Amino acid sequence: MRKRLAVLAAACWLAVSPAHAQGKLNVITTTSDLASIAQEVGGDRITVESLARGYQDPHFVDAKPSFILKLQKADLLVVVGRDLEIGWLPPLIQQSRNAKIQVGADGYIDASAGARILEIPQGQVTRAMGDVHPQGNPHYWLDPENGKTIAHQLAQAFSRLRPADRAGFEQRLAAFENKVTEAEKRWMAGMAPFKGAKVVTYHRSFPNFADRFGLDIVGYVEPRPGIPPTPQHTLDLITEMKRQNVKVVMVEPYFDLKTPNSVGQATGAAVLVMPPSVGGVKEITDYISLFDYDIKLLTDALRKAGAK
Amino acid sequence: MRIVLILAGLAVLGAFSAPPAAAQDAQTPAVLQQQVDELKERVAKLEAALAALQAGPPAPAPAPAPAAAPVLPSEPVSPIGAGTAASSAKVFNPDMAVIGNFLGVAGKNPVAPSKAFEMRETEASFQAAVDPYARADFFLSFGESGVDLEEGFITFTTLPGGLLVKAGKMRAAFGKVNTLHTHVLPWADRPLVTTNLVGGEEGISDAGVSVARLIPIGGLFMEATGQVFRGDSENVFASRRPRDLSYVGHFRAYHDITENANIDAGVSYARGQSFFADDPSTLVGIDATYRWKPLQRSIYRSFVGRSEVIWNRGPQPLGTATGSGFYVSGDYQFARRWYAGARYDASDRAENLSLRDRGGSASLTFWPSEFSQVRGQYRRTVYAGDQVANELLFQLQFSIGAHGAHPF
Repeated sequence: MRKRLAVLAAACWLAVSPAHAQGKLNVITTTSDLASIAQEVGGDRITVESLARGYQDPHFVDAKPSFILKLQKADLLVVVGRDLEIGWLPPLIQQSRNAKIQVGADGYIDASAGARILEIPQGQVTRAMGDVHPQGNPHYWLDPENGKTIAHQLAQAFSRLRPADRAGFEQRLAAFENKVTEAEKRWMAGMAPFKGAKVVTYHRSFPNFADRFGLDIVGYVEPRPGIPPTPQHTLDLITEMKRQNVKVVMVEPYFDLKTPNSVGQATGAAVLVMPPSVGGVKEITDYISLFDYDIKLLTDALRKAGAK
Repeated sequence: MRIVLILAGLAVLGAFSAPPAAAQDAQTPAVLQQQVDELKERVAKLEAALAALQAGPPAPAPAPAPAAAPVLPSEPVSPIGAGTAASSAKVFNPDMAVIGNFLGVAGKNPVAPSKAFEMRETEASFQAAVDPYARADFFLSFGESGVDLEEGFITFTTLPGGLLVKAGKMRAAFGKVNTLHTHVLPWADRPLVTTNLVGGEEGISDAGVSVARLIPIGGLFMEATGQVFRGDSENVFASRRPRDLSYVGHFRAYHDITENANIDAGVSYARGQSFFADDPSTLVGIDATYRWKPLQRSIYRSFVGRSEVIWNRGPQPLGTATGSGFYVSGDYQFARRWYAGARYDASDRAENLSLRDRGGSASLTFWPSEFSQVRGQYRRTVYAGDQVANELLFQLQFSIGAHGAHPF
């Protein structure tokens, strides 16, 4: 009787424990941009879900226990890295009870490896500089060339875990790369007339974007990364923007518009709510439309400013 | 010079490795050509190896990889640290941080007077992966009168069956407040119910083993935790014999109501020998936390409401009796760096369950950055026997070192 009970208990245990055959790869990403790229490469051979939403500040995501459930079942966890998720992801991974996605395991992918990373601090780094990222700026996905690098890395990871589907992943990777290359021509052409245009951004979210599309970021609404605007800094910024004739302020959708709006009023600059991520507004449904939306927003504003 | 040596070695090697039978065929030009090609290939490989050696400092022969280590993914190695002077030993240093908790108290308290100024706690943390199977977390707490291991445990993160096993000294999974370190509390103090019934500052904290398992049903997060401790927890349990162990059980359920709001509820149980009489003492608690945080405005607005009710059944001068206590609190974030909070407290005292204290607090917290925090708290306590205390608590917290996880 006791033996039978033990067998029953073991059966229940096994039934509850998730078993993964060679079905679809279950991919969890920290941000919506990585999810979009993963979907492009993985197609119907994977399921993918992002923990953070595109309209949410990716530095400050709550470590909700419901995320632990998602991570427990994941075959692959893709992170932005460069300390972007340091405030919330480590405890989730630790509690995930999933050996596959622990840091250093096969199913843990840092998408920043191989990407072009800007603003890696030189010399001494201290918190007196604000919440700096010692490993460089983590908003690197806003360069479409880095998007291709991420896609390439994901295709490798998917193929490693599902060797039978390698050809499919490689085909989809090539298609995605072509799509981005084609779109890049369109984006570069759109931005070409505004090469060197001076802009101000709220947070340091756009260095890779500016670098790729020829923008010159001359200041930030935040005095230091992670520190909200101060009156003195705002005044200095207004003076500097007037001096350099800056006509655009780019604000991520999760920041308060009060200070940017007053800066806009004082300088005559257009204040653009510019999503840095897929899903930042509902029109942005994937990685390509992210750039389509942002570049249209920006070129419209720059054209208007030029016409004045 | 090295190349010459290697080439010479190679020639000798080649001469010896060619089997005698092959030597006879060596007259055939095709075979000769093949051998030359092979040798060329080997020289090229050796040259590459030599170049690699010369580029870096001579490394000792690589240690054999542990058999069980997972195969490294063939990803490009990130260039981090490549240009820094950090020695390889430093790379494996644990994440270290120090958090200071400075407390000033003004006002009169006839029952539990506080010092005017106090460096209440300095917590040093050391955290890192031990190996592919486990991680270790150490929290040393430096008080005014000594050092204490607040927590020090190993967590096995890769066990099958949805298990998370910890061993070492740890805060017991009894309710919410008991699991929280002092610096992540939403108040400058701990609620009366913790002070009176659950051991005060330290709470139930002991050496033992903890096993937690996820029991997901649908989208609902449920976790059951069972813990066995030695049975020594200051002001709660005392172990007088080796078999006087204490046991803690916790069941937690969490549900996302919407993407902006969630509810977190738990039931806790703890049993051990009472610290002031050689009889068992049992604690039961229920806790509930409601959180609201609109995702898009998450850095500006949030609300957390929480409550815990705890019953303590234990020895009393006239036999066994049951006492209880609770707190209800709410904290509202009204700007990026500002929080306002309020709390109501009531609790019997463990040593004399007929005495009940009551109190209330209002607090205002300001975070200059993610790494420092200033808090003012007005606290009024009406102790049993109508002794009243009115106090103003001023707390300054500051952290240096590794970026810790945000509390949730």
